Amino acid sequence: MTTATLPAAVGKYSEAFASFAEANSDAPEWLKAVRSQAWATFSELGIPVKRRGNELWKYTDLRPLAALDFEHGIGGSVSLDEIKAAGPWDDAWDTVVVVDGVFSAELSNLQGTAGLTAGSLAEAISSGTGDIETQLASLAGREEYAFTALSTAFVDDGAYVAIADDADPATPIHVVFVTSNASGSRASYPRLLVDAGANTLAVIIETHINLAESAQLSLPVVEVFAKPGATVRHYRVQMENELSYHLGTIRVHQLDDSSFNSTTFAVGAVIARNDIHTQLDAPGASCTLHGLYMTSGTQQQDQEISTTHAKPHCTSKQFYKGILSGKSHAVFSGKVVVERDAQKSDATQKDLNLLLSRGAEIDAKPSLEIYADDVTAAHGATAGHVDRDTLFYLQSRGVDEEAAKAILIRGFAAEMLDEFKPKALYEFVERVTDERIPVLLAESDALGTA
Amino acid sequence: MGFKLIPDRMGQVYVFAPFEFNISDLAPYFFTTDHPSRSYLLTNQNTISRESDLSGREYKWGFVTDVETDLAPKGLSEDIVRLISSKKGEPEWLLEWRLKAYRHWVKLAEAEAEPTWSMIDYPGIDYQDIYYYAAPKGMNEAPKSLDDVDPEMLETFEKLGIPLQERAALAGVAVDAVFDSVSVATTMEKQLGELGIIFCSFGNAVKNHPDLVKKYLGTVVPYTDNFFASLNAAVFTDGSFVYIPPGVRCPIELMTYFRINTEGSGQFERTLIIADEGAYVSYLEGCTAPFRKSSQLHAATVELIALDDSEIKYSTIQNWFPGTKDGEGGVYNFVTKRGRADKNAKISWTQVETGSAITWKYPSVILKGDNSVGEFFSVALTNNHQQADTGTKMIHIGKNTKSTIVSKGISAGKGNNTYRGQVLIMPGAENAVNHTQCDSLLIGDQCGAHTVPYIEVRNPTARLEHEASTSKVSDEQLFYLMARGLSEEEAHHMIITGWSREVFKELPFEFALEAAQLLKVSLEGAVG
Repeated sequence: MTTATLPAAVGKYSEAFASFAEANSDAPEWLKAVRSQAWATFSELGIPVKRRGNELWKYTDLRPLAALDFEHGIGGSVSLDEIKAAGPWDDAWDTVVVVDGVFSAELSNLQGTAGLTAGSLAEAISSGTGDIETQLASLAGREEYAFTALSTAFVDDGAYVAIADDADPATPIHVVFVTSNASGSRASYPRLLVDAGANTLAVIIETHINLAESAQLSLPVVEVFAKPGATVRHYRVQMENELSYHLGTIRVHQLDDSSFNSTTFAVGAVIARNDIHTQLDAPGASCTLHGLYMTSGTQQQDQEISTTHAKPHCTSKQFYKGILSGKSHAVFSGKVVVERDAQKSDATQKDLNLLLSRGAEIDAKPSLEIYADDVTAAHGATAGHVDRDTLFYLQSRGVDEEAAKAILIRGFAAEMLDEFKPKALYEFVERVTDERIPVLLAESDALGTA
Repeated sequence: MGFKLIPDRMGQVYVFAPFEFNISDLAPYFFTTDHPSRSYLLTNQNTISRESDLSGREYKWGFVTDVETDLAPKGLSEDIVRLISSKKGEPEWLLEWRLKAYRHWVKLAEAEAEPTWSMIDYPGIDYQDIYYYAAPKGMNEAPKSLDDVDPEMLETFEKLGIPLQERAALAGVAVDAVFDSVSVATTMEKQLGELGIIFCSFGNAVKNHPDLVKKYLGTVVPYTDNFFASLNAAVFTDGSFVYIPPGVRCPIELMTYFRINTEGSGQFERTLIIADEGAYVSYLEGCTAPFRKSSQLHAATVELIALDDSEIKYSTIQNWFPGTKDGEGGVYNFVTKRGRADKNAKISWTQVETGSAITWKYPSVILKGDNSVGEFFSVALTNNHQQADTGTKMIHIGKNTKSTIVSKGISAGKGNNTYRGQVLIMPGAENAVNHTQCDSLLIGDQCGAHTVPYIEVRNPTARLEHEASTSKVSDEQLFYLMARGLSEEEAHHMIITGWSREVFKELPFEFALEAAQLLKVSLEGAVG
């Protein structure tokens, strides 16, 4: 196929990449190779704006994003109080703060927990900590995917978390990505690399908060390596402002008997994607991917959740819930691939949605691709308004309609909120949900009586 | 007719008839005379015969009929389109429509718009290496009665077990048999005519009922719909046409039998069924093709129009030649089927897909009218190197519309089976309801089973449920049956038949039995 014109929006980033590459010409050779290869991939792909034959972006139109210009390399300053107000916080947590893609030592709160290496990704790169050279961008950035490629082309700083073999840090590790209130629309490429050693237990909270008042672009990339017997509990809180674009990617590589448990809470951004891929690459690995998304106004939340069972005896579970109001739009695209030799695989997929208003739209695509015969795989999806009979029941007990609806919505969300185990985190997502429900209800429609 | 098929939990089958009958009378209900189903009937037992000697059983419908064929040159051009049109003696407007379709198709072909999104893999089709018109000679003049039909051809249908002639009456089936692309004979046309029902070949409909054809042709599947629908619109040679007048319940099941005979030919039939207000019709379609090493293309279009308060039930048993065990030859089946249901109307698709090297088929319903109902019941089986990417689309537009999807996919050998379905609830479709269930069964470790549902909801009052499961035949169930003396193969067959029952029960009696046997034969070699 020959294309006469450049792929969409590549030109908008090429100048920034050129000056970025020049400014970082003293980077290690391997890193420069990773960046230039990623740039080559992105410049071939461009922003995926095609409306036909673009299965990965079938329901999410990125043309508004492709039309915008973002500045690069501008950072701002943030105070600790602002961070505490905008996201979950607990003084007891080991906290790594990354502002506009750059690690901030003074805002971070590290307690020197035994077996834990947490801090700046740039520093880990320059001192060659652990296996960073082979790990960085090995899961994300070399695939044919525009946003991991673009993010990897600009990979520089972020957070690095390594847990030594057999270590068991009791407290959660909180990684906060903050977009500061510096002027203008800026692009940032926050990055997190998690190296969970054998037989460890790690709790990682990844928070995205946005203090800016204009449209920002954030392309966070998280890579997680779970060594044999490692258990990683991952939480993701996405609180971008409602003008911003947040296209996040999580890539997980799992070895024998490791377990990766992820729960996402997504309420922010005008267009957000939460793209998770777990590769169950050795027998006994398991993953559980959970999420709750709430949208109102013209927001769009896009969950792209995929799991590959590459080896036998692995288990995967995907379970997402959505609450939609206003003219918002949510997408759940779940995929489970069971490869030829992955016998005894067990996979489930579920996506349940509450649709509260006439303008809202949900598109669900829970797909299974199975090449082994001794497997059990099941999926389910539902969409609908709150149940009329239940609503009537509550009203007949003297609860007014709005309050009854709020109770039902809260009840629908509760199952997912319960997945947020750390106390301060649970309290935060609960508070945000309770603040959010009246907004959702205000934009909802009365149930038809037809 | 008063037959009933009641498989119980154990998969046993009982046959009830409201009158005395000879077992041999039942033979013509089945497509072949040496069909395993016959031994079951001749034993006159109430349960399926346990003798199953299926060893070495291959495609049974692979005979070739030596009928002299009138072939147009290979390849596709405007001249071929004009030739087809003139051979059929078509009016100017239809030729114009074909040419528009052809020009659109050329544009699509230039833009490389042949669909690639489905999970099927085949060498590119050379559209210039296909006979687009292959008519049995002497058929340019349509036969006046069955006596005029080439005896050899009648023998072909005899082999196929199609109940032509008085068998048609006995079976309660009026048959329109399409041989290559020309309709051979239509039975019971007269009897149906008394009720005002029109059941004839598409060609005859164009001649005798041009207003109806003109009014509805292309209204559900326009020639711009997709690559294969455009191709079909340009070169379709014949097909069936059904019109049921207002308030008439068609008293018998209408049936069309399709067969591709000529090597290197494509079959492009077009079926148009119109149920006028308050009418009802049940329509059956069966397909076979002979054993050929080269692949054959089948690109059909079916349009159903169910006007207010009417109901159309469309059943298919698709048993095109699936190719050899090593994946040579076989029919490429690219079919566009769609119906439009107006107010209070109902369209029900039932399909059993066991044949074809490639199946690409999504019988759909546009639920346009309020309270309309759409149903899709499917069993698709892929064995050896077969690939199927099939499913449905339910487009909810009217209020209180309801759709049900039950899809069963069976993969064996090196087969790949994909369910791909869309349920779209438009903003105006208040209180739409959909229930989807798609289950897959895997037999052997070289096959694949895939599920790709698209659920798109734009109205909050909609209720949607989607469930799917994939598994293999349970070891416990197999063990149980084998402990009771069934061979592994019989046990598999019994479990699979029971598993497919939800779909089979939607089929008319003859088809249900045939379908169960087809599954058995098609699965041959997949177990053990």
